[in-house]
Formats: sequence, structure tokens, C-alpha cells
Amino acid sequence: MSERVLEVEGLVVTFPGDTGRTAVVDHVDLTLDAGEALALVGESGCGKSMTALSLLRLVPKPGRIEAGRIQIAGQDVLTLPIPALRSLRGRGAAMVFQEPMTSLNPVLTVGAQVVEAIRLHERVGANAARRRAAELFAHVGIPDPEARLDAYPHQLSGGMKQRAMIAIALAARPKLLIADEPTTALDVTIQAQILDLLRDLRRDSGMALLLITHDLGIVNEVADRVAVMYAGQLVETGSRELVLGAARHPYTQGLLRSIPALAPRGARLSEIPGSVPSAGAWPSGCRFHPRCPRAFEPCPRIDPGWTELRAGQRARCHAVAKEEAS
Amino acid sequence: MPLHIWINGAVALFVLGAAVATWRLRRNALWREAGRELWRRRPLALAFVALYSALALCDSISWIDAEGTGVREPRSLLVRAFPVDFQEASYSAPLADVEFYGGQPLQHPGAHWLGTDILGRDVLLQALRGARVALLVGGLTSLIAIPLALLFGVAAGYRGGWLDDLVLFLISVLFAMPGLLLLIALIMALGRGPVQVCVALGVTGWVSFARLARGETLKLRELDYVQAARALGVSELRIIVRHVVPNLMHLVVITFVLMFSSLVLTEAVLAWLGLGIDGSWGQMIDRARDELSRDPIIWWNLTAASAALFGLILAVNLVGDAVRDILDPRTLRERA
Amino acid sequence: MSAAATRADVAPILRVEGLRTWFPVLAGIFQRPAAWVRAVDDVSFEIEAGRTLALVGESGCGKTTVGRSLLRLVEPQAGRVFFEGQDLLALPRAALRPLRRRLQIVFQDPMASLDPRMRVRDLVAEGMQVHGIGSDEAERTERVAQLLARVQIDPRHMARYPHEFSGGQRQRVCIARALAVEPRLLVCDEATSALDVSIQSQVLNLLRDLQQELGLTYLFITHDLGVVRYLADRVAVMYLGQIVEQGETEALFRAPQHPYTQALLAAVPSLDPVRRRAAATVRGDVPSPAAPPPGCRFHTRCPRIFDRCRVEPPAAYATPTGESRCFLSDPTEPRARGERAS
Repeated sequence: MSERVLEVEGLVVTFPGDTGRTAVVDHVDLTLDAGEALALVGESGCGKSMTALSLLRLVPKPGRIEAGRIQIAGQDVLTLPIPALRSLRGRGAAMVFQEPMTSLNPVLTVGAQVVEAIRLHERVGANAARRRAAELFAHVGIPDPEARLDAYPHQLSGGMKQRAMIAIALAARPKLLIADEPTTALDVTIQAQILDLLRDLRRDSGMALLLITHDLGIVNEVADRVAVMYAGQLVETGSRELVLGAARHPYTQGLLRSIPALAPRGARLSEIPGSVPSAGAWPSGCRFHPRCPRAFEPCPRIDPGWTELRAGQRARCHAVAKEEAS
Repeated sequence: MPLHIWINGAVALFVLGAAVATWRLRRNALWREAGRELWRRRPLALAFVALYSALALCDSISWIDAEGTGVREPRSLLVRAFPVDFQEASYSAPLADVEFYGGQPLQHPGAHWLGTDILGRDVLLQALRGARVALLVGGLTSLIAIPLALLFGVAAGYRGGWLDDLVLFLISVLFAMPGLLLLIALIMALGRGPVQVCVALGVTGWVSFARLARGETLKLRELDYVQAARALGVSELRIIVRHVVPNLMHLVVITFVLMFSSLVLTEAVLAWLGLGIDGSWGQMIDRARDELSRDPIIWWNLTAASAALFGLILAVNLVGDAVRDILDPRTLRERA
Repeated sequence: MSAAATRADVAPILRVEGLRTWFPVLAGIFQRPAAWVRAVDDVSFEIEAGRTLALVGESGCGKTTVGRSLLRLVEPQAGRVFFEGQDLLALPRAALRPLRRRLQIVFQDPMASLDPRMRVRDLVAEGMQVHGIGSDEAERTERVAQLLARVQIDPRHMARYPHEFSGGQRQRVCIARALAVEPRLLVCDEATSALDVSIQSQVLNLLRDLQQELGLTYLFITHDLGVVRYLADRVAVMYLGQIVEQGETEALFRAPQHPYTQALLAAVPSLDPVRRRAAATVRGDVPSPAAPPPGCRFHTRCPRIFDRCRVEPPAAYATPTGESRCFLSDPTEPRARGERAS
């Protein structure tokens, strides 16, 4: 009986462009229960980072959340007054970003930054906060935590910085952790450590995880459920096993087929021809149709709706709809 | 050949050069975009700068009237817009009919919109003519200083080693010297003419841009596309000319615009010390000093010159800030 | 096609011996070297013509510096680089110019690799101008068109600027630029790392096709083991400036000998929905290349360390698949898995 931690319905985020405002996030729905991990996958420009930022109303100007409903831990994020929003940020949900180098203030010690996060949400004295900061550091696997509290970001390695970031995010015991490409900037052995850490943290505290990534391998390692994004829209969602093992949408299939690690040596890699359309220049009808090997008559005209498949998997594709109907 | 012919020739060459440069730049999409953006953001300031430039141009083209018809001195286009021999005996207030001291009727009553100065010369005409001097100071000096700065800065930044040490030493020495004293010494040595003043200003003014160019070159040198050119076997000189300098051009434009106003102001200070260029606003201001303490006060000389100076500096600074924002590499990339 | 047979009948087009590239850390009033960052420390490998060697490792291991040292974009301190029989490092810089045609490099960041103020046509033609390929501008333009078509870019776009192309297209322009001077060896320095997966496959296919068509040799520098498995004939794994293991790709992936290689392979997220990766086996962070640990450089993080590792640097011992710089592969080491008779 898990509580619903995140519920997003019909989210639309727009940015101004040459031809008026364009929706870079176009009617996205997501749900996440306590203890679950949902991976939001897509390539650059698909809108996944913007989706993550909008959950805490962090969309940078001139972007705007135009429509939709976002509920975190039962609170309606979009109508919260600012003080309540600040309290939600950190306590309801916390965010970890991609670049540990720029996410930490270089002129403050990491300890000071964790303490700041703690004291924002709890009324504790400086000493108590420091003790808790050291506990957090130990919890995220930073060796010699007491000493490390006084280190400056530049004195820490990439992996350590990212752990410190995670410690800051965990300071107020959030119900939801939003991690935006948390390991992209890290080496693969460090990445493995951080992924293990995220998994352990979830197991111990029942925290939900929304993971934004472009790496399908990470998705397989970490996620329970997957949502695939393309050109601002979700195109396929479902459980990890189904989406990765039995993908139905041609884009997901294309992505999986073009991964070198899965290809036999020496054969040609399967390509998705063309390139990702930029916001404002979305193709008509189904946005993937110019690059799709299975495009047929309705695809350039009509934006496909969701086709429900088994066990909660769904895909947004005319070809899949046609298959299911027969 | 008389001086005014040389100047006419120089102006013609300059205009030709500017036209060619503008034509070539317009073919470049990046600069065209920047130009349009500038016009969109600061149309008023740009119009002002254009106005001053037009005045300077008008004052630079001069010729002698044909035999027997008029004055035998060469008169510029700007001067010709005013009546011939537009002079009084001495001071007169703006739009006055009579002289300031003594009340004698004027030769051109009511025609001097900004009055006349101690020698009876029309103040408005002088103020307008000051534009030529200002643009000369800004333009010619930059023409000297910027290539000098590029030469030293890029060479030092790209080559490094002893050349870099030498140039840095030179820069540090020049920076350590009190700028004004150095200027005074140079002008005393070179002479008091306009070109000499510009040379002196140029020779002392190249250092800060050289430092900037050097820093930027150090950064550009490590970029992948420079490495790629080296890997292709492109010679160092060619890399500098084709890859480094074009990517410094945005800095050149910004520096030129910002340097311009500081040069004009420096000339005003030099004029205060008696070392300026004849006909500059600084000189007008210097001459007007005593007039303020008179009773009744003679204010129109100082006001006219100050207003003209202020107008140009303000316009150039506004344009300069906009240029800096537009040509910032980050915004360049975003718009692209 | 056993390794031994290939080595016997084809001389390697590139043979690197004992390459050392150290960067000084300057300090003091007189800016003397206080320490040295040993970015590349005694690296040796060879590549046969028409084949691909992948150089893998994590950040700071020195693989990028190896690539740049080969082209003398940075100057190595020691070592020999035999390219087509000639030692590139022994040549004076002036004599290097004509050889530049034969060795080219493609960089990681397609944005930074192309001069933003030059049109694509001029970028691709620059190498041709420098080396006198093509008798006049018209002929060079024709060649540029052919090259762009070859990398699947519409030749009509050659008058455009780099920012008007996508990341994948820019990378292909870089490849065209390298091909313009007709190289024999191409160093790909993380050439696909900055690209999205679907674009990456386009560029990898292109590289593969070009290798088959033109007989190019690749030194493929990357951290992505998936790409390595797909593209490379042989792999060399680097750690802190040294090659810790090298060998034929298939064999090395199947049976890695060096603990670091094992850890690296184990850390890569698995894409098999049924089977997930075991927990990470290597602890801690990479030490600084300015102060590498004594003895075996990996000993501070190695799960199979024993005493000898802390004091004595291991040599490169032969393995069934290639070589490995680890005492576990030392035939005289009694603790090596207890398989060898003493």
C-alpha cells in the first residue's frame, strides 16, 4: 500500500520562439509511488530536463509552465504560495543535478552547504546540524566524513562532489529525489558507486526516485518503470522489463538497436536516420514520423493517442494501434 | 599640395574603405545579425553617433572658392552652412542683437543661436566643428592603438616563451608610468599638431587592449579547432591570421567603441593643460574657464562645449554597452 | 586469424615505444618545475594497417594525451613513435609538415572543433590548401563537395557556418576535414562521446564504412566500452598514464586479466533486462597523476592486492590474449591464482 508521491497530469512548459511560444514539454503525465524508481529517458532536446525542473517550479525564464497539475506528496505544487513552495523544495522533493562542479558553491565548504540545507528545514542548532551533516556524509559513503565537512568543493573529486550533492538533497529527508543525469559527468567506475548508493538509499528509506537520463544501461540498472520522451512528448511508458525487453514504439526500438553494446561485432549498427527536430519545428502529426521505418498513412496527419498494451505498458503510435486492433 | 587637399583625399579614402568594409561585412551573416540587433536596441544612440559622424565628415571636406568670388581660405562644408564672415567683435549672448559688453549692435543680430566667444566667433559653429576633432581623436588613435595591441598581444599569447615575457614586461612598464605625464612628455617631444597628439595617445593607449588580446589568444590557442589546424599542418602565421584574429574581432569592436569615449575625454584633459588639438571641445572648455567668474556670467561657451561633449560620450557609451552585450560569445552562440 | 600470424606478415603501421609525456607543475619565483604530472608514463603499443586499436580508460588516465602526443600537438619527453617506419619524435618540427597528411585527428567536441567564423567549405578545404592538393580553388571546391557527400552531408550546404548544423553533422564535417588530406591513420579522440546514441550510431557506421573503403587505421580513444566492443580489433586499457592491459577485443572482454579491467567491465551498466550488474568492486577515487602511488599504480583500489604490489611496479607480462601489467599474470608469482606450478 504505497502512497503516491508524485502525480503529474497534462504538464505543458513553453518557451518563446521565432513563431510564438512553443511547448518543449507537451502534455506529459507521470506517476510515482513511494519506493519506486521511474526513469525518464530521451536524447538531448526532448524536454526531460525541463520536465524535472518544472516539478519544483524551477523552470528558467523565459520558460513558463502553461498548464497541467503537479502533486508532490499530496500538495499541489503549481498553486503553492512561495513560502510553502520553499518548504516543499527539500522536504517533499529534492533535486540532484548533472554537473557537480557547478552545483556546489566554490567559496563555501561542503559542510557549510549541507548545514545550510539542514537548517532551512529543521530548527536545530549549529552543532546539532553539523553532527547530522557528518551522519549524512557517512550515509552517502564519504570516507572520513567529519574531516570532509571542512573541505571546499575543488578539493573533492567528481564522485565525492556528487555524493556531497546527494547528501545536501537528502538533508530534509525528501519523499522524492529527482536526479537529472547525475552520473553523466562521472567515470564509469564512479558511476557504478553512485548508482549503488542511490539503490541503497532507496531501499533503506523508501524514498522514490525520478531519474532523468539518456543512458539505457543506467535505466536498466536503476529503474522499476520507464518513460521514453521524444520531441516534448512521452512516446512509451511501462515497466522496465517490458519497455527494454519488449519495446513497441519504433523510437524506443530504434534506440535500443543503435546501442553498440548490444550489436554484434562488425555488423552495421542500426541507425535512426535524420536528426531530432528542434522545438518549434516539430513535424506535423506524429513527431517521429519523418524518421520512422513504420510510418504509414495517418502518421503525418494525426498525432497518435495512447494505445494501452499489456501490464500497464503503453505506446503512442499508429502502427502499434493498428497491430493491437488486429 | 595644400593641406586641405590631402585631408579631402584622406577622407575620401576613409569613406571608400568604410564602404568596402561594410559591404564585405554585410555578406557575413554573423555581423549582419549583430548590426540589426544593435539598431533594434539603441536606435536613438546610434542616430546620435551618426549625426556627429556626419558633422565630422562635413567639416572635413573643404575647398577654396574660385578666384574672385569669395574668401581665399579653404572652407569646409559645415562652415559653408553658415553665412560668410559670421563674426562679431567680441562676446554676445545667444540670440542677442547687441554685444555683451558695450551694447553695440551686432553684424548678424539674432543669428547666433548660442552666442559668440571672446573673439566674436559663433559658438554653435565651433561646437559643431568640435565633432571633427573628437572623431579624429577617437578614430585615428584607435587606428594606431588597436593594430599595435593586436600585434603585441596575439604574438605574446600565441608564442609564449621569451616573447610573452618581453611583451608583458613592456606592458607592465607602461602601466606603471603615470599616463598623463607620459602623454605630456610625448606631445612635447613630437609637437603639438593633431596627428602628433593622436600618435602619442595611441602609443600610450595600446596596453590594456594588448593584455586583453593576449588573454583571449591564450584561450583560443587551446581550442580544438586551433589544434585541428595544427594537426592539418597549417603554419603558425596562417593559424594566427585565419583562426585567432577573426575570433578576436568581437573584442576589437567592443574595445574600439569603449576606448573611443575615454580618448575623447583624455584629449579634453590635455586641452585643459594646453596640449590639446585646436578646435576641440576641450579647448573650448579650457578657454571658457575664466568666463564663469565674470559678472554677469558668460555661460554659453562652456555649456555648448560641455553639452556637445556629453552628447557624444553618452551616445558612444550606450552603443558600446549594447555592442558588448550583442557580441558576447555566449549570446552569439545562443542566438545561433 | 590468430594474433601471431597477423603480426608476422604485416608490419604495424604504427609502433609506439616507451612514450612519456609529462607536464610540469611550475612553482616559485622563477617558475621551475616543482612536480610533474605524468600524463603518459611509458606507453607502448602497435597497430596494424587497416585495423582499429581502442585506447580506453577513465578521466585522467592519459589516453587523450597519448593521441595528442602522437601528432606532436603536445611534445613528449621520451619515447619513439614509428609511423610507417619513421620515428616521428626524432624529426625536427619543420620536417613534420608533409607527414601531417598521413596522421589526422578528430576531436570530441564538435562545437569547439570547427572555427565558428569560417564556412564549412573553407574549413574542409584548408588542409588541401596547405598541402597543395588540388590545382586550383575550383578543383578543391569539387573535392569538398565529394567529401561532404561521402560523409552524408548535402554538398549544397557547404557555404553554411558550423552553428547551422547539428552536433552529429558537425562531427561528420570534422571527419571530412580529416579525410581531405588523405590520411592513413585517424586518431578519434572521444569522437562520438558527445553525441546522442542515435546520432552516435550514424557516425560509427560511417567510420566503419570508411575504414573498409579506404583501408584507414584507427586509434579510437574512448571511455565507452560498448563502442569498443563493437568497433575495435584490439584494446589497450589505461590507468594513471600506463597501459595496464591490452589484447584482442573479444578475448579481453571475455576473460580480462587485470583487476582494473575486470572492475571496469563490471561497472558498465548491463542492458540485459533480465540480469543486472553486481555491486561495484572497486573502491575509492583515482589518485592524482602528479603523485601516482608507488609500486603498482592501481594498488590503492585493487581488490586483489598483496604486499608486493605496494612496493614494486609490475612489468607487462604476457597473457593468453595480450599482456597485463599485474603480478597476477607474472608466471613466477606463486600467488597468481595458484594455477601455475612453482
